Formats: sequence, C-alpha cells, structure tokens
Amino acid sequence: MKVSNNIQAALKDGAEVTETSEAGNAGAQARESGHGATVSADTVITGAEALLKALIEEGVDTIFGYPGGAIMPVYDRLLDYTDRLRHILTRHEQGAAHAAQAYAMVTGKPGVCFATSGPGATNLVTGMANAFLDSVPVVFITAQVTAGLIGTDAFQETDILGISMPVTKWNAQVKRAEEIPDTVARAFYIARTGRPGPVLIDIAKDAQFENLTYRYSRCTYIRSYNPVNPLISRDIESAAVMINYAERPMILAGHGVIISGAMAELRALAEKAAIPVAVTLLGLPAFSHDHRLYAGMLGMHGNYAPNVLTNKADLIIAAGMRFDDRVTGNLKKYAPGARVIHIEIDRAEINKNVRADLGINSDAREAITALLPLVRERSREEWIREFRILDRTEHEKVVKPETEPEVGDLTMGEVVKTVSEMAGRDAVVVTDVGQHQMAVARYYHFTDSNRLVTSGGMGTMGFGLPAALGAAVGGEGRQTVVFTGDGGLQMTVQELGTIMQYRIPVKIVLLNNSFLGMVRQWQEMFFNSRYASTELVNPDFVMLASAYGISARKVTSRQELRETVEEMFSANGPFLLQAEVSRKANILPMIEPGASVSEVTLTYNGKS
Amino acid sequence: MKQEFTISLFSESHIGILSRITLILTRRQINIESITASESAVPGVQMLTMVVRTTPEMVEKVARQIEKLVDVLKVFVHTSTEIICQEVALYKVTTRGLMSGSMSADIVRKYHARILEVTSEYTVVEKSGTRTEIKELLTLLEPCGVLQFVSSGRIAVTRQVKELNTYLKEMDEARRNMQEAVELYS
Ligand SMILES: Cc1ncc(C[n+]2csc(CCOP(=O)(O)OP(=O)(O)O)c2C)c(N)n1
Repeated sequence: MKVSNNIQAALKDGAEVTETSEAGNAGAQARESGHGATVSADTVITGAEALLKALIEEGVDTIFGYPGGAIMPVYDRLLDYTDRLRHILTRHEQGAAHAAQAYAMVTGKPGVCFATSGPGATNLVTGMANAFLDSVPVVFITAQVTAGLIGTDAFQETDILGISMPVTKWNAQVKRAEEIPDTVARAFYIARTGRPGPVLIDIAKDAQFENLTYRYSRCTYIRSYNPVNPLISRDIESAAVMINYAERPMILAGHGVIISGAMAELRALAEKAAIPVAVTLLGLPAFSHDHRLYAGMLGMHGNYAPNVLTNKADLIIAAGMRFDDRVTGNLKKYAPGARVIHIEIDRAEINKNVRADLGINSDAREAITALLPLVRERSREEWIREFRILDRTEHEKVVKPETEPEVGDLTMGEVVKTVSEMAGRDAVVVTDVGQHQMAVARYYHFTDSNRLVTSGGMGTMGFGLPAALGAAVGGEGRQTVVFTGDGGLQMTVQELGTIMQYRIPVKIVLLNNSFLGMVRQWQEMFFNSRYASTELVNPDFVMLASAYGISARKVTSRQELRETVEEMFSANGPFLLQAEVSRKANILPMIEPGASVSEVTLTYNGKS
Repeated sequence: MKQEFTISLFSESHIGILSRITLILTRRQINIESITASESAVPGVQMLTMVVRTTPEMVEKVARQIEKLVDVLKVFVHTSTEIICQEVALYKVTTRGLMSGSMSADIVRKYHARILEVTSEYTVVEKSGTRTEIKELLTLLEPCGVLQFVSSGRIAVTRQVKELNTYLKEMDEARRNMQEAVELYS
C-alpha cells in the first residue's frame, strides 16, 4: 500500500519519490534557467539601449512612465526608438502603474511601466500592490542611484527592492549592464506565466551608461519555478464523477477563467451539465449575463440567488478564484452542504481559505477542457428554477426600484443601465472603487466579449481614470468607458492631462453624490449615521474637464439621461458625463460583515 | 493545536531570499525560533532550516507560500521531535454512500481530509492527523460503507531531508513531461 508517510509527503501532493539513479546526477547540473535560441546578433551598446531592445524582443510597443534623474539615460535613448516604442507620459507614477495594468488586462500582454529612483519608485507601490492582488502581469522598471552609492542614503535613494518585495511576484536589482538582457527575459517570463503578477527590475544609473555586448534570448525555464503543473487525469476523472453525482452543483468563475481564456469552455461545460454559473467581481465577463445559466455575482453586494444558494448547493466547482472574504462572508457558515472542487493554478490558494475535497492545481482552461468529455449531459430544471425564484424577489425589491425609478433623484443604477444599453457589446468597462463600482458590477450587462478593468483585491480608489486611459490605449479603438465617483476621480484627476495630451478617447461617467458614498453607507448602517468626514465639496467637474479641452456635460434629470449618454458616445474623443445622483443612496443587497452568504440584507429601512 | 515544526528548504542562493521567507512568516504572526543557512552539496543552492511554532494547518499554508517563491526549489516540513502524533489513513468507501444525501457533505473538508480518487463505485479519502481524529472520521464514514481502511500507524519521521539531486531530477523530469504534454496539446 502506498501511504504517504508524513506531512512533508502530503505537502508534495503525493508525488512519488524516485530514488536517485546514476543518471540523476545530470539533474543536479541542470542550469538554473533556460533560454530560447538567441535571436539577436552581438552588438556593443549601452545598458539603457539594451533595456529598450530587450523590451522590443518581448513584444513591447507601449510604455507608461515618468522620467527623473536616475532614469534619464533610458529616456534619452527612448528618443531614438519612437518608431517602435510609444511612451505615454502620465501625470503621476501611480497613474502610469494603473495604466500599465489596465493595458495588460485588455491586451493580454504584460504592461510596462518606467519610473525614476526614490519618490518615482515609491509612487508605484500602490499600483504594484493592486496588480499583485489581481494577478496582472506588469513589468516595472525603476532606476536606482549609482551602484557605488546604493545603501548610503544617497539623494533619491530608496530601497525599492525591499519595499516592493511583499507586493511583487519577483524583483531584482541590476548593477552591471551585462545583466540587463537576462534579467529582462526572466522578468517577462515570470510576470506572464503561471499565476501572472507584477515584477520589478531596479537598474542602477551607471549600469544604464555602461556598455555591454548585447545578445538576447527569451527565458523559457527557471529551475526553481514551476508555473504550470501537468493535469492529473485521476483528478479530472474524480471531478467528473463528483459532478455527475451532484444534484445541485454550482460553478464559481473568477478572474482565472478570463486570464486563461476559458470562457467558451466554461460555457460548454455549464451547458452540457446544466450547471448555474456564478461569478466573482473580476470574473464578471467570464460568462454572458443573458445566458439562462448565469446565476449572478457572488459576495457582499452580489446577487441574491447565488449567495443564498451557495448554502444549498451540494457541489461547488470553483475555477480560477481564491475565495476572498468579500466572496465568502463568514467562513464558518460558508457552503456547509457542499463538496468543493477547487481548480486553481496557484497551489498556495488551494485550502487557504476554503478547504477543498478535491484540489486541481492547474490552468482553468486546461482543466475545464479535460472535464468536458467526462461530464454527463443533464438537465437540472428544478435547481435552476430556484435561482429564478430568488432573482424575481431581488428584482422586485432591489433591481427595479434602482434601475427603473419613476420619481426622485437620478440613481446610479439607472445611469449604469442606460450606459450599458448604449455601449458596444465588446466595450471595455473600467471602474474606480466604491458604490458606483458595485452599481456597475450589479447593473452593467456584461457579455463574455466585454472586458472589465476594476480594482478587486485592493479596492484602490483613484484606479479608474488612469486605468481607463491605459485600457483605451491597449484597446486600440475599442470603446472604453470608465465609471468613477467624485471621491475616486479626485485622487488621480491629474490624468485628465494625459488624456488631453494624447487625445485618448475615453468616456468618463462620473456618478457624483458629493459623498464618499461607500463609506457614508457604512456610517449610516453601522455607525448611527454619523457622517465623519465623508461629505465632499466638489469643483465644477464640467469646467474642470473643459480646462483640459475635454467635452463635458452635466445631467441632473431622468428626462435628459438617454440623450446625454448618446451625446457622449457620439462625441469624437474623450468626454466627461457628470451625473448628479442621489446623495444618500445605499447599495443593496448586502451581506453584512460577519454574516453568512445566506444572510442577505435585501432592504434597509434605517433612517438617514 | 500549536506544535513545533522544522521547515527545511532548498533555494537558489540569491540575495533577498531570507527576507522573502521571513515576510511570509511575519504576515502570519509566526515567530522563527531558530534558523540556519548553509551551502548544499549543489553549487549555488543553499539550504535553510527554521524552527517555528504553529498549527499543522498553518504550517502547510506557509510552506506552500514559501515554495511559491520563484527562487525556492523545495520545502519540507517536519515536526521537530522524533515522537510523532501524526498518522496517515486511507478510507475506501462506496461513492454512492458518500455522495448520498444522508452523508454530511462537508465531512471531508471538516476533517481536513482530501479526496484521492473518485470512481463511480468507490471513493478514496486520505486523512493525516491524530489517531483519535482518524478513528472519529472512520466512525462517521461507516454508514456509507467502508470497503477498506488502512492506517499507517504512528510514523517515526526521520529528519533526513531528501537528497537534493533527487528533487532536481524530479523537477527536470516533470519539465520534460510538461513539454511533451504541451507538444501533444498543440
Ligand atoms: C485609496 C483609498 N482610500 C480609501 C478607501 C476607502 N474607501 C472605499 S470606497 C470609498 C468612498 C468612495 O467614494 P467615491 O469615490 O465618491 O465613490 P462612491 O462610493 O460615492 O461611488 C472610500 C473612501 C479606498 N478604497 N481607497
């Protein structure tokens, strides 16, 4: 009998240990990393130029960034490469970081972001952390003071390597020009493989000036890094039996489904086995919302049916998601009646928050593709009807009053719904963070050809505007619309300058409630309506946009809403639509902190 | 229940690796009681050995997070003493019984067990833990028809870490298999 004989064996996932044979020693001599065939001939150039050439080899054509003393050699070379590398100068490094992330989310290629040493580098930190939590590949390049000065508190020196360690997938410092090509190759390989994520290369100023003999080969292998594990067929077969046995299964689809491009496979699986599909915030466009098996969004402000029925399901098939606490609510009362299959490329996520009966450590698309032929065709009308019944309750109590009000102030829901109806089916939708973000998540009608760029894991206010410009640059003509709040917009409002300078055609929908709405809602619900520092006195945003040469219009009434949205979409170039919405509205339903997913607050009658 | 564990690992001798590892432990409020770093038999690869106090579940989580670091080759976890309270058990039960409505659905998860295999006839569940826990799970599984039950008995852990060469070889092999799989796939 094969019994794994201690905890360490369990940690290795039951892989069998083979004894070292003679030939085994060859393994020890394996190189630490592997590179593809050398693609460029040797030439002597500076480190700065080598960096740019290396980026081009990796397929980069767009860089977001901001110059400064230490990175000047690179910017100087950039002038000679304008035909191949487009540099977008943002108004703040944080903006460049968010833009690069959004660019990556829209194009599927790693984003690239430049900043100088010291304050330039520290301004990137929020952007790195944001990309890290949402698994987006961005290659950050920061410049560092001259190698000899590192560690001396030189002018504009910060230990960005140390600072960025917890918020990057990997980082490295380069002090010699000759290290640049291989470091860049590694950075791109690590950023885009496995569970993607941001990486940082910190390049000393003198390494940018120094000459090297340049040759480039892409990285294909790092000994200590196994980004993708091969599928274990026994696991897939087991999962199929579990699915075939289940009476009330539910799929939870996350960002991983989109990253791995498994939308078609997911739809095929759901249809064949008649399984309702619920999605996470970042997984919203993983499954078309008009599909009869679409169950809705999970979590704190998600839909009623998928949350409540999580606790009625007998099988949960989680794909490319990580059971964030905003999704699970109280873990102790989460899915007590369900077996759990967890398909996840990052092994450290399996059993981290929710224990899995069966963990499948692989790419979502590969796993779903392999599952497809093994699951039986089923119809589960009764189970699906349960979703519809709860949907109807939610529609009546929440959705209808929010999206089709007849009297009173404009609501976020109706603005989002109107924009959603008039935007293209493949539009790129961007949001900032707060109530309006949840309104978009709830009322925007996504299809699996839409893209959603939002800040999920971090919830970074100020993400919206710079992300929108990055998304529009990456989308190349795809309609890009960003929903933002009056608070979040003002955190990075300077990026209107970038939009002006490059005539980036983003449609900005500002849902203005003159409050830090989401915090105000919590104050109302959990702090006796004591509105401590959440009311905002705002500028005239239409005038502000006009100052940047951006067309803008304010809408205050229901009657002009449609026509204003039409004007926005038919305008050439960027446009800001300032919608004056109800000042003290709440986003519902809500799973209150500490509550279980089945304890959903549908209506709230507290005084305001 | 907290107990003492030894985490040993092989990593590339790259600058900063110790920082990365301590960051992971610090975030989980785990204190390192002792630590040693040494060169391994393979040039460029170092071995780190740390003693920590935490729960078995937590040590598993942090071990995986450490192993996820790009520069880390392999992580091992041992309990620090030779006297081990852990056992490993395999339960082979009827799938019909396990999946039927009368069986509590979260039983596998609740007992920190995992499913090794499901076929239409039988399911194999693996659990490691104390003898009491293993017995408890057995009693609970009985109604669904236990076809076979084996338990390892107390495991005396040797604190010997596997030869690094073996793992490097395994990793190379896995990579070869992957490439073959990729070729088949495309
Ligand atoms: C950088 C940052 N600071 C603070 C917060 C906490 N926070 C979350 S939502 C929110 C209010 C957002 O207000 P606004 O941008 O006006 O959007 P609304 O909620 O009104 O739609 C705040 C302050 C945050 N998420 N990010």
